[in-house]
Amino acid sequence: MTETRNRFNWQIWAGFLLSFLASLSYPVLFVRWPLTRDFPWVTILLYVVAAALLIVGVKRAFAPGRRRIAKVAASILTVLSVAIMGLFLFSILIFARWLPASAGAPHVGQKAPDFSLSDASGKTATLTNLLSEAMSGSASAAKPRGVLLIFYRGHW
Amino acid sequence: MGIRPVAISVDAPEVNREMLSQAGYTFTFLSDPNTEAIRRYDLLHQGQGIDGHDVSRPAEFLIDSSGTVRWVNLTENYWVRARPEQILQAANTLQ
Repeated sequence: MTETRNRFNWQIWAGFLLSFLASLSYPVLFVRWPLTRDFPWVTILLYVVAAALLIVGVKRAFAPGRRRIAKVAASILTVLSVAIMGLFLFSILIFARWLPASAGAPHVGQKAPDFSLSDASGKTATLTNLLSEAMSGSASAAKPRGVLLIFYRGHW
Repeated sequence: MGIRPVAISVDAPEVNREMLSQAGYTFTFLSDPNTEAIRRYDLLHQGQGIDGHDVSRPAEFLIDSSGTVRWVNLTENYWVRARPEQILQAANTLQ
């Protein structure tokens, strides 16, 4: 019995590793597809597995006859795992929703406010020009049917 | 399909130039370092950039040839952006 009890507690390490990799998988991988980006369900599913592993690992570590170091290691890894998972869920589900109200943003049917900004080559572009200038690259070189403005956070 | 995509952020023209050459995008990227257009569209997200710089919240607007807004997407979560099919659907309503 003592032999099995003092074997390497792989569940606690796997649980810790999985909670870390599951968090990383969202910004690195699953954010690429709308189906896995809009709600981080893959990460949460992996968290459930990680939590199960951690519970089994803690039970093993605190079983009678285990060394004190096993208990300490299991406690530290569990706390770290819970912190990683908590931080991820907070930043993806709560912090990312703290956006300005933007009540004054142009509504459908309103005139879009004009602007004058520099493009990547340093040339000034206005909305009026962007709407009226022919599109380069298209065979007919016709005026665009419209402009899609994409505001993004940038790399600052 | 005749819709001109125009990306706007607080990034400087040099930053956009480097990004364009790396990513190979050919559409227009505009720089709004003083957040003039971003304020005019009420999209300012204060202090959210590195070093507390102001940035734009993510948002997409489809504007027809008369300058009228025809479709708007203001996301509730900045990880979630407009999907290509949403934009194509909106673009198909333009004359």
